[in-house]
Amino acid sequence: MAGYLLRRILSAVPTLFLLVTLTFFLLRLAPGGPFDSDQAWPPEIQAHILHKYELDRPLSVQFVHWLQGLKNADLGESFQYLDRSVTEIVGQTLPNSLLLGGGALVLSILFGIILGSLSAWKHSGVLDRVISMILVSGLSLPSYLLASLLILIFSLWLNWLPPALWESPVSMVLPVITLAWRPMAMIGSLTRRSMIETFKADYIRTAYGKGLAPVQVIFKHALKNSLIPVISLLGPIAANLVTGSFLVESVFQIPGIGKYFVQAVINRDYPLVMGITLVYGVILLSSNLMTDLLSAWADPRIRI
Amino acid sequence: MGFLKNRVAILSFGFIALIALLAIFAPWITHYSYEEQNILERLQGPSLQHWMGTDTLGRDLFSRIIYGARMSLAVGIITTLAALVIGTCVGALAGYRGGWVDDLLMRFVDMIYIFPSVLLAILVMIFLGRGFTGILVALSITAWVTQARLVRGQMIQIRELPYIEAARAVGVSPLRLITRHILPNLIGTIIVSMTIQIPTQIMSESFLSFIGLGLQPPYSSWGTLAQEGFRAMQSYPHLILFPGSVLFVTLLAFHFVGEGLQT
Repeated sequence: MAGYLLRRILSAVPTLFLLVTLTFFLLRLAPGGPFDSDQAWPPEIQAHILHKYELDRPLSVQFVHWLQGLKNADLGESFQYLDRSVTEIVGQTLPNSLLLGGGALVLSILFGIILGSLSAWKHSGVLDRVISMILVSGLSLPSYLLASLLILIFSLWLNWLPPALWESPVSMVLPVITLAWRPMAMIGSLTRRSMIETFKADYIRTAYGKGLAPVQVIFKHALKNSLIPVISLLGPIAANLVTGSFLVESVFQIPGIGKYFVQAVINRDYPLVMGITLVYGVILLSSNLMTDLLSAWADPRIRI
Repeated sequence: MGFLKNRVAILSFGFIALIALLAIFAPWITHYSYEEQNILERLQGPSLQHWMGTDTLGRDLFSRIIYGARMSLAVGIITTLAALVIGTCVGALAGYRGGWVDDLLMRFVDMIYIFPSVLLAILVMIFLGRGFTGILVALSITAWVTQARLVRGQMIQIRELPYIEAARAVGVSPLRLITRHILPNLIGTIIVSMTIQIPTQIMSESFLSFIGLGLQPPYSSWGTLAQEGFRAMQSYPHLILFPGSVLFVTLLAFHFVGEGLQT
């Protein structure tokens, strides 16, 4: 077990290294730079700025320098937000995103499992059709359309919830729902499919034969085994939440790491892009690892 | 054939065909050009002249949506085909040869598989510029690995079947064996995987364009239309609801066609 963990962590290092290396070079070789503006600056000023941020040195030197900083948890200073270090920006914005993503994760798991089980239990009935329709449409619904509909209905027409910002718990309702919708549909569809299969198993028939109530059969026997495939979804869902946060945080004006990432890419804020990419890489790789560990724990047939 | 009995699937196929025809024959269908501005008629709601209203510059939204369909569908289909060709070649080679070729190729595939694909797509998009080529490469670069895994798995199964052994025994060359005897058996699997891949790619393109890291003017797709529409949403919701809904229904239609083919 400890050996497996160590091997997995060690094998993640090259992937992470490849990610930051690709990001570093593709970003800097891409057309456009952080200090391009419409007005041309006098050459001396331009040269001075480039010198201050070491942009006049060879790329390889810059990269080695960045890696050296990494050892001391120093990710450099942002180009865009003066006097703010990347570590500071990540420290301030990451908690907001984790709250948003965590809320969406809990919501999607809860509703995904409830809807999926209900649907499987009433298989081919009216309730199943309605829920299946919700789940299928959830997979095809573009999140910006969902966000627009929620804002139009609950903020602009009914005036119940704020359309943007991240201040009170009330302002978190719409963004969390938007972000949770697609993962909920993914979990719900898989739970439904897997539970329908489980219901056909002999031990379920035995459980009914013993005279157990349907509630007991569903929750004590069927659900447990049906959730094993669902656990394998956690990796893709983490990826989904990260990408979803780019859009949700931009649309709802949430000061989270996703919104800063999108802005940093547009503004060519190299150190900030690098820092956030590294954070995302760690989040995604560790959630893949978590998924595998959880699957092995839940399903004795999987050996690690 | 279950597909022909599945009414939802037939209807969905019809809808996709309709969107495709509208996209192909766009210039003959609408007499407005997608960039023709008419300041006097800006921000109108739906009417007989403008079926879906007009945008902030007085451009006809229906025309912009069917021209946008050209871009969105083209991106979805071309990137899927690219992923299909690359993925099938790699998967077929790995599955057929086995041994170290398989190990090497699959090690590479696994590495790309766990790579955060959206981050890579954004980088490639920035590197190549936010145009047509950029989006095609950005969306194909990671999509092929799923296809490669699928084809490899099928290949390993089919490779052991008696008719393949028979063909090999009479001296059919490996290339001919793969292209004539094995791949035709995979067509069903490949078509079903395409009905999942195309809408996924269309969705990715519109996502990237919406957050401002995808296509940019003069290119326009459903994603860029939605981005423009979102800014004016408060007063003119039709600007986001029309492009968003067309995308939604199209993706839904692909889903039902795929489901119909699987039963």
